[in-house]
Amino acid sequence: MQPVLDLQNVRKSFGSDVVLDDVSLQVAEHGVTVLIGASGSGKSTLLRCINLLEDVDDGRVFLDGEDISAVGADPDAVRRRIGTVFQQLNLFPHLSVLNNITLAPRKVHGVEKAVAEARAEELLKRFNLWHKATEYPDRLSGGQQQRVAIVRAIATNPRLLLLDEVTSALDPVLVAEVLELVAELRHDGMTMVVATHEMGFARKVADQVGFLHQGVLFEIGEAEAVIADPKTQELRDFLNAVRGAGRL
Amino acid sequence: MTRSTDYKPSAFRLEREAAKVSAARRSVLVAAVSTIAVAAVIYLLLINSPGWERVQTSFFSAEYAIKSFPKIIDGLWLNLRVMIVAEIFILLIGLLVALARTTKSPVLFPLRVLAAAYTDIFRGLPLLLVILLLGLGVPALRIEGLTNSVVVWGGAALVLTYSAYVAEVLRAGIESVHPTQRMAARALGLSNVQTTRFVVLPQAIRRVIPPLLNDLVSLQKDSGLISILGAIDAIKAAGIITATSFNFTPYVTAGVVFVMLTIPLARFTDVVTARMNKRQMQGGVA
Repeated sequence: MQPVLDLQNVRKSFGSDVVLDDVSLQVAEHGVTVLIGASGSGKSTLLRCINLLEDVDDGRVFLDGEDISAVGADPDAVRRRIGTVFQQLNLFPHLSVLNNITLAPRKVHGVEKAVAEARAEELLKRFNLWHKATEYPDRLSGGQQQRVAIVRAIATNPRLLLLDEVTSALDPVLVAEVLELVAELRHDGMTMVVATHEMGFARKVADQVGFLHQGVLFEIGEAEAVIADPKTQELRDFLNAVRGAGRL
Repeated sequence: MTRSTDYKPSAFRLEREAAKVSAARRSVLVAAVSTIAVAAVIYLLLINSPGWERVQTSFFSAEYAIKSFPKIIDGLWLNLRVMIVAEIFILLIGLLVALARTTKSPVLFPLRVLAAAYTDIFRGLPLLLVILLLGLGVPALRIEGLTNSVVVWGGAALVLTYSAYVAEVLRAGIESVHPTQRMAARALGLSNVQTTRFVVLPQAIRRVIPPLLNDLVSLQKDSGLISILGAIDAIKAAGIITATSFNFTPYVTAGVVFVMLTIPLARFTDVVTARMNKRQMQGGVA
């Protein structure tokens, strides 16, 4: 079966700094790929190369078999099919929760206001956020903001959802509610690529785990196999460091 | 642990609060005394100056104030109309120039340079000079179909000068919106134009409302400068009476009228600014 996302030998450098070095990976439909690795290992850059916020230097990126890294590919058209949530809380502060969610469906996808709002209502109710619909983001907790951001990203029914360290700006009490939502999306069959520091979570939701270190994808495979039985010294060192910090 | 329901303030708290009240009382008293003292000194200096008698009759004559008032108010109506029409054009042109200056597109490079040159030149040129050059220069060209109205050209000079200032204020607002906001919008699939229109501008404009209102206050009084071209605004109306009577009270009257007009707007600016500061303190972004 054709993978939803197919990265082939992707390279990216900023000046002389090689951030992604020959990275290849495939994400199957309904599959969840979790990227682990220290800060600066290239996880965020990899995600940004997928939704074309960055251009790849070499290699190719396929979305549903279409080469989106090709010269002349329309980044706006690609982003319409990919939902993204970032590490920083970046809801639009001048729009209510409801309008944050309906902005892209209405303006980008041409969905009628009533239809977009009905869809937003359905999602907000499902994730227990409906009572916040008319509030502005500054009246929400960090966890609520990040959950709204995820709802905003899936409101357009994307083919692929990219989550970039969505819990790292939150205090530990709020992390759980966000991870719960992500687990539920997995249950729905959403295809996702998730960069995270939460190893326990990675184990729980990942179909495959990829370990990035200094831009190189050292290991990729089934979650249990990769985490329980690391093949490379780099991953062993990383996992030991994580264990030492009490995060595994 | 349960919350205490029968809380009584301790002696420490009462003492602390009493100290705060007495400190506040003391500072009010100091302020009042020093204000009265300064006012008294100025008053004594004025009435004891050798020319006070003559100044009083030629600048503060009740008779001339009453006589000139209706004419000045008539003139003020022109100031107000000029100001309102000019403000509409200023906001439009200022926004266009600010957008031109903040675009990143290489195709628009010449536009960016033009916009930068425009703001540099018109922020540097004295307003009075622009009014004179436009008001006297353009009609002298005798181009057919172009109006010779000094009000129009004086207003155009106000628009040209103030648009440059407003453009810079708006540009500062646009640049103050965090880049992650733009990134989040682009990631949702919004185009560059949509991102500017729905995400960046609404936040930018909200943030610069206080400085924009400040420019509006300033425009209100600078609308009086078109009197130099002969337009019969409040200042010119006062000047006409002064020219025949050699009494300067009408100028003082016009000044008072302008101040009365700007004070409400200035207070309104304060209120808006205070409200926005409060929101920011609570953690809101705009």
